[in-house]
Parts: sequence; structure tokens; C-alpha cells
Amino acid sequence: MKMRKTVCLLCSLLTCFALFSDSVSAAPETRTLRVFNWGEYISDGSDGSMDVIQEFTRRTGIQVDYQVFSTNEEMYAKIISGSADYDVLIPSDYMIGKMIDEGLLAKLDFSNIPNYRYVDDAFKNLEYDPTNEYSVPYTWGTVGIIYNKTKVTEPVDSWDILWDSNYAGQILMFNNPRDSYGIALKKLGYSQNTTNRDELDQATDELKKQKLLIQAYVMDEIFPKMTAGEAALAPYYAGDAVTMIGDNPDLDFVVPKEGTNRFVDAMVVPKSSPNKDLAEQFINFMLEEDVALANIEYIGYSTPMSNVKARLDEEVQNSFSYPDDEVLSRCETFVNLDEETTAYLQDSWTGVLSYGDSSIGDILFLAVFFLFLIGIVIYFTVKKHRNHTI
Amino acid sequence: MKGKKALALPYVVWSIAFVLIPLALVLFFSFTDKEGNFTFENILKIGKYSSIFVKSINLAVIATLICFLIGYPLAYIISRSREHVQRNMLLLIMLPMWMNFLLRTYGWMTLLENEGIINKLLSLIGLGPFQMINTQGAVVLGMVYNYLPFMVLPLYSILVKIDKSIIEAAQDLGANGFKVLIRILLPMSLPGIISGVTMVFVPSVSTFIISRMLGGGSNMLIGDLIETQFLGGNYNPYLGSALSLVLMVVMLLIMAVMNSLEEDDMEGMLV
Repeated sequence: MKMRKTVCLLCSLLTCFALFSDSVSAAPETRTLRVFNWGEYISDGSDGSMDVIQEFTRRTGIQVDYQVFSTNEEMYAKIISGSADYDVLIPSDYMIGKMIDEGLLAKLDFSNIPNYRYVDDAFKNLEYDPTNEYSVPYTWGTVGIIYNKTKVTEPVDSWDILWDSNYAGQILMFNNPRDSYGIALKKLGYSQNTTNRDELDQATDELKKQKLLIQAYVMDEIFPKMTAGEAALAPYYAGDAVTMIGDNPDLDFVVPKEGTNRFVDAMVVPKSSPNKDLAEQFINFMLEEDVALANIEYIGYSTPMSNVKARLDEEVQNSFSYPDDEVLSRCETFVNLDEETTAYLQDSWTGVLSYGDSSIGDILFLAVFFLFLIGIVIYFTVKKHRNHTI
Repeated sequence: MKGKKALALPYVVWSIAFVLIPLALVLFFSFTDKEGNFTFENILKIGKYSSIFVKSINLAVIATLICFLIGYPLAYIISRSREHVQRNMLLLIMLPMWMNFLLRTYGWMTLLENEGIINKLLSLIGLGPFQMINTQGAVVLGMVYNYLPFMVLPLYSILVKIDKSIIEAAQDLGANGFKVLIRILLPMSLPGIISGVTMVFVPSVSTFIISRMLGGGSNMLIGDLIETQFLGGNYNPYLGSALSLVLMVVMLLIMAVMNSLEEDDMEGMLV
């Protein structure tokens, strides 16, 4: 019996050590680079691809602590709370603009990033970083419509189809104000960066009209739901669409004719970074032709480097991942909106999501419930008094 | 005596650091603006979201009622069965709680979806498909499923203490089953009912992940609204704190009513 107890104790101790071994094994004296990127957004060595992070460590001997976020806002909240010092972040365009405005980013020393010369001029000096002192593009892509060919037989070429009542209950929509308003504004023919209240209110009305047709407001869940055939239409990112069509050949993707959001995700270094030199070394490494090629082939987004694009399959080069200039001319990149407009957008979006809530019936139900509760209390109080008098 | 008090010190330190100070911060943020000036604006803004409050409380009330209607008979049956049966049944009730909360809720997504398992099975016998996911019903189901053990366990622990002879005495005196329930079981198990209701209602009314996953994003509850203030596009901890504060006040009020019930009844029974 005692023997068994000892074995149990040993086992549990071992488990505890296993939990901490991760932190123990990392040698304390080597410098560690902390990278904060989107989830599923780097070649990680699965399916025979290059493990980019491991390759960096192999070539430079620098350990990397790699962590992921799922929205720009989540990343931002973590940075300004100061809970962690990251060295390289890979946020999207408008968020980079916001962080530059707030003085959160460090100016890069481009003499440490010689590979920057391979980046296309079309991706330099963009709206969010007009003098290009803070960021180096990582990937870009467009938002388009992914649809299921077995459920949608008519040709899809416009955002209007997301408002088509024939597909009621079969449409998914983005669950964040910026992307959803971007689509509604493009549908109306306005700029997705408008701060005009009248245009925004029109978009709000459009989105409220659309709400009756929407199956669900989601973000990353669009991927599994569309692949499983749960919905017929959804807006999504071109890069992921490549993978989704690979998983389910019934799917197809189109960049709508009204134009769309062309996003750029870029590598930046926060001011709080303790290892700016390593960060620049990492950014330069990510622009090495072989690394960038392996990475882009794995994640399926579009590359801002023409030397890398030229080495991709002909088929990929001509796919929706690289729309022609005519379509691109109608696309915009998100810029950081002023605080007032952001607050207005968020409020209007809450209005859209809770639109149609709270009928008279709901309020009646609540009232009846409270009356019932009060009734019980009174009943017991009266009973108590009666008992007292007896 | 002094030595015993020292034992409470870790908890005192803990609750000051992680309960009192955060609460004070919530209070502080609720009444300040970006510049740190005192303001009532955050609290006044909440009127705009009253429909979300109504919806959250409604869904939580319905979920609590369902939990009670399922949980009470279940707890009674368990408390009256043989000891080893009791142990096994309690284990079965707690078993789902060993699994990750998100995973369990995600599981319901795949069950309820239009192309999900339930609809696929129903289509085999020529029924459906039914719209189940992304409805208020699905949100209530998620709450009931996740919080049912919190109703059953306190009810069980109090029902198991009620002496069988009391029920038998009532029956000998001519009380039928319904009367035994109303006059004996319910009053005697009131403390269990109150803690069960509290433990289901409070997490239900403030949940955000259940409504997000099973409600399809269009069933916005207070929890979602608060989360949006911190992780949404517009970082606004001031409004977020004010919302949390109002939610806390609403919960406290409801709990106060419930607790007054208990005190009244206890005194009534003693007399």
C-alpha cells in the first residue's frame, strides 16, 4: 500500500516538472526574440514546408518566442497594457497607422534590412506609413466573396449578392464594425474610409436590412463553416480562400467589381522592444527570397515581392490572389479613423447587432417575472407575520 | 486564537489584491473619462443599451428556470437512492465539467448546425432541416447545459440531509405527494434552491462566449457588449467598467430579493 502511494507521489511530481520543463530548458543567457503574429500565419514545417522560425534559429542561433493573436485589437490591447515586451509585431495597415500616431512604434534602421530593396514599389509609402519609416510589408491580400457553387448558381460578381433574399439564412458576415461597414460602404459606392456621418448612417441602414438574411456574424469560423457547406456565401480573405478551395472544390472566390479592402500586413517593431537589432535581423531574414517563397507558398496570401511572385506557379500568379490592376484600382487600404468616428462606428455596429431585439413581449416577460418574485417575498412575509400572531 | 487568525492572512492578501483593488478600479473607471475627470456620462450612456440588458436577463431567467425544473427532481432522485448509486450519479453529473468549457460549447455547435449531426439524423427519417444554431433557444440550451451541475449539486447536498422520517410523517398525516413537495421539501430545501439559482443565474447573465458561439453573433448579451469595449475596435474601458458596474448592481438586487426570501422563511419556520 505504501509503495503505491510513493509511486503516485512520484508520478504527480514528474507531471509537475513536465509542466515547467519548457521554461527550464531555455538557457537564460541567450537573447530571445519575441515575435507576435496572427494565428496560422507562418510556415511552420507541417506538410513538408520550411519551419521558418526554426530556420531562423538555425542560421543565427537566436531563440525565438513565437506567439499569436487573432485580432489587431487584441494585439493592441496587449501592447498598451505593457504586459509583454515583443520585438516584432505583424499587424494590419490601419492598426499600424494608429500605433504610429500614438507613438508606439520604433523607426527602423533600413541599413540593417538590405533585403527591403526587393519589396515592390507599389507596397512602399502606403497610406498608413506614408514615409515608410516604421514598417516592412509581410503579405497582402483582398477581401472578396467565397461562395458554394452548388448553392449559388448565378454568377457572383458584386457585393449585392450578400443582400439577396434568395439566400436568406445562408449568408455569413464579418463580426467586426470595420470590415462589415467596409463592405456596406463599397456596395453603396462610398469610400471604406469615409468619416461622413450621412454615408455611415446609410451603411448602417444597409446592414440592418441585411441582418434578416444573415445566418451568423463570425470571423475565423467562416473558414470551417464554408468548408463544411454550412453556408452559401461569405466575405473572406483571398489567401485563405486558396486553402478552402483546396479542401472543398465546390467553393469559389471572387473579388467584387465595386472594389474591396486591400489589406497589407506588415512587420513593425514596438518602441518597447528590448532587442531592436535582433528584430531588424529577423525582418531582413523574412525577406530572403527562399524564406519568403516557402512562407508565401504555405500561407497562400499574396507576396509584396516581385522576385518571389515570379517564382510561384503560373497558375497562382494568374489567380484571384493577384487581381489585375483594373480591379486593384478600385480597392482601398484601411486607414486609421479618428477617435470620434471609431466610437460612432462601434456604437452603430452594436445597434445593428441588437437590431430587432427587445419586443414588447420581452419587456412584459421581465415585468411579470419581477412581479412574481415580489409576490413570493410578500407571501412569505405575510405568512411570517401570521405565524407570529398565532 | 491569534494563531488561527494568521491562517486567514493569505486569503486576506489575495482578496485585497485580486478582488478589492480591481473592484475599486472598476468603480474608478466607471466615473471617469479619458482625461481622468469625474463624469456621469458613462453611466448615462447605458440607457442606450437597455434592450441588451433586457435580453440578457430574460435569457438568464429562462435558463435558470429550466435548470431548476430539471435539477430539482434529479437532485431529489439522487438523494433518495442507495449510497453507491448516489456516488455514481454525482460523478456522471460532474463528468462533463472535467472537459474544457469552450470545447463543450464548440461541441454543441457541430451538433446543432444546419449540416450538423442532429439535422443529418433527422433527415434520415425525413424530417427537417431545423434551424437550431444561431437562435436564442440555442443560447439558452448552452447555458442550461453548462450550468446545470451548479444547480444540482447544492440542491442535492441539502436534500440529502432531509430526514426520510419527516416526509413519512407528513404522509402519515395525510399529505399527498404535491403537499409534501410544497409544504415540506421546498421550504426545507430553500437555502439549496437559493444558492443553486445564484450559481446558475450569475454566470448566465454575464456570459459572452456562449452567445457568441451558439447565438451567431446577432444575439448580443451584456457580456458581449462588455467584451467589445475592451477587445473591440474602440478601446473604451470607461464604458466597459460602467456596464460591469450596472450589471453587478442588477445582480446584487436580484440576490438581495432572493436572500430576503430565505431569512423570512427561516424565521417563519422557527416560530
